[in-house]
Amino acid sequence: MIKRLPSTIRNKWPAAAALVLLLLLWQGVCMLGLVPGYMLPSPVEVARAFMTDFVLLMEHSLITLQEAFLGLFCGLALGFLLAVVMDSFEVLQRAFYPILVITQTIPTVAIAPLLVLWFGYETLPKVILIVLTTFFPVTVGLLDGFRSADRDAIGLLRSMGANRWQIFRHIKAPSALPQFFSSLRIAVAYSVVGAVISEWLGGFGGLGVYMTRVKKAFAFDKMFAVIFLICAISLLLMGLVELLERKSMPYRNLKENEK
Amino acid sequence: MKELRVENVSKAFNGTPVLEDVSIVLRRGELVSLLGVSGGGKTTLFNIISGLMLPDQGRVFLDGEDVTGKPGRIAYMLQKDLLMPYRTVEDNVALPLILKGQKKKQARAEAGAYFEEFGLEGTQKQYPAQLSGGMRQRAALLRTYLFSRDVALLDEPFSALDTLTKSAIHRWYLAVMEKIRLSTFFITHDIDEAVLLSDRIYLLGGGRITEELVIRESKPRAEDFNLTVEFLDYKKRILEHL
Repeated sequence: MIKRLPSTIRNKWPAAAALVLLLLLWQGVCMLGLVPGYMLPSPVEVARAFMTDFVLLMEHSLITLQEAFLGLFCGLALGFLLAVVMDSFEVLQRAFYPILVITQTIPTVAIAPLLVLWFGYETLPKVILIVLTTFFPVTVGLLDGFRSADRDAIGLLRSMGANRWQIFRHIKAPSALPQFFSSLRIAVAYSVVGAVISEWLGGFGGLGVYMTRVKKAFAFDKMFAVIFLICAISLLLMGLVELLERKSMPYRNLKENEK
Repeated sequence: MKELRVENVSKAFNGTPVLEDVSIVLRRGELVSLLGVSGGGKTTLFNIISGLMLPDQGRVFLDGEDVTGKPGRIAYMLQKDLLMPYRTVEDNVALPLILKGQKKKQARAEAGAYFEEFGLEGTQKQYPAQLSGGMRQRAALLRTYLFSRDVALLDEPFSALDTLTKSAIHRWYLAVMEKIRLSTFFITHDIDEAVLLSDRIYLLGGGRITEELVIRESKPRAEDFNLTVEFLDYKKRILEHL
């Protein structure tokens, strides 16, 4: 019977069931009064808060998403550029790779206020922070992907007289697609979180700013509402990446009976 | 079709000689095999002929033109089919044409004309993972042929196939070669394969050509050639020299 369901539902129903169970448990804890209502709002209250502030939340989401996309785009461009350059010149890779790793050890919360001091409360410092957090997985993923290219296949293309660009276009770039999409999924999630953190630490709008406001008002239900919203946005974006991945690599999901 | 001439080629790696004074001729339309144990310098010789590697000494000529160290003239094919898993069969096969600057549509059309002859009809839009091992090797062979109709280098192209598939592909190969006529230089460590397919066989041992053997059986060869006394005679002579 289960076999007839589409594979997406078949594979995901245990996760969905667990989630529902958890929410029910949470609702139960609140209804029994095991935790005071002002400290832990019940899921129903969170949903009510979400509906009340719906328009406001959407406005802030739009700002956050704009920053996230702009930052993600710039981060992807930088990550791609660095990967291509470091793949082409071994020396540059040895010189700059350690520095790139160091940039990832800098705590985001430490650098964000500095960026605000340097670049103000507008979009720029937020985009810079997102670029800092998203370029790295992209660079590392692409570098790995380029290196995973079959050396014999590159040799074959060379024997056919292919130039560097043609080898990149026909072998290296397509070989790196799986790793690229893995890192893109991480980068997408980072971009949303990065935007929220930098708004939290200084800004005029966005979900991070909304969070600081409801925190000061001790509106726990609204706090939970915005947390769930951010989770939902991240999941949605990751789902989009997955969709894009499936569309651009149709050869990866050939069904067994097609083989 | 062109003539390939390898003259006095030597190559050493870290002072260890791999090839010593190797000279080989491949005349127009011939199929010549190089038979030797694995790791005996066969692949090094192929890399030199295809221009990917420079010999320490000696030269490679294609119809009299010096092509030593110049890739892009002679195509090769390996045991690994090296079909790109992310491209359809037709795009894989048409790759050499695209590399030469042809438009995709035109390249596909030109490649498509050979699909039937190579036993690949109906696979144009499929991915390599959907093909059987024998079909993949045929696709790789077609790609090699589309790259260059002068000379093809085949490095143990069928050695990863199981025995039954292999004997089927040998029969097919002999038949298709009657039609497309291609000067072919064939590396193998399979004596039966070499005797069955070749016009001549070079034996390579210790980095030198130790023997040249002409297979006088006319082509097209009968299906049971490998069951005849002559066949076993050739085999015996080769075994004596290896």
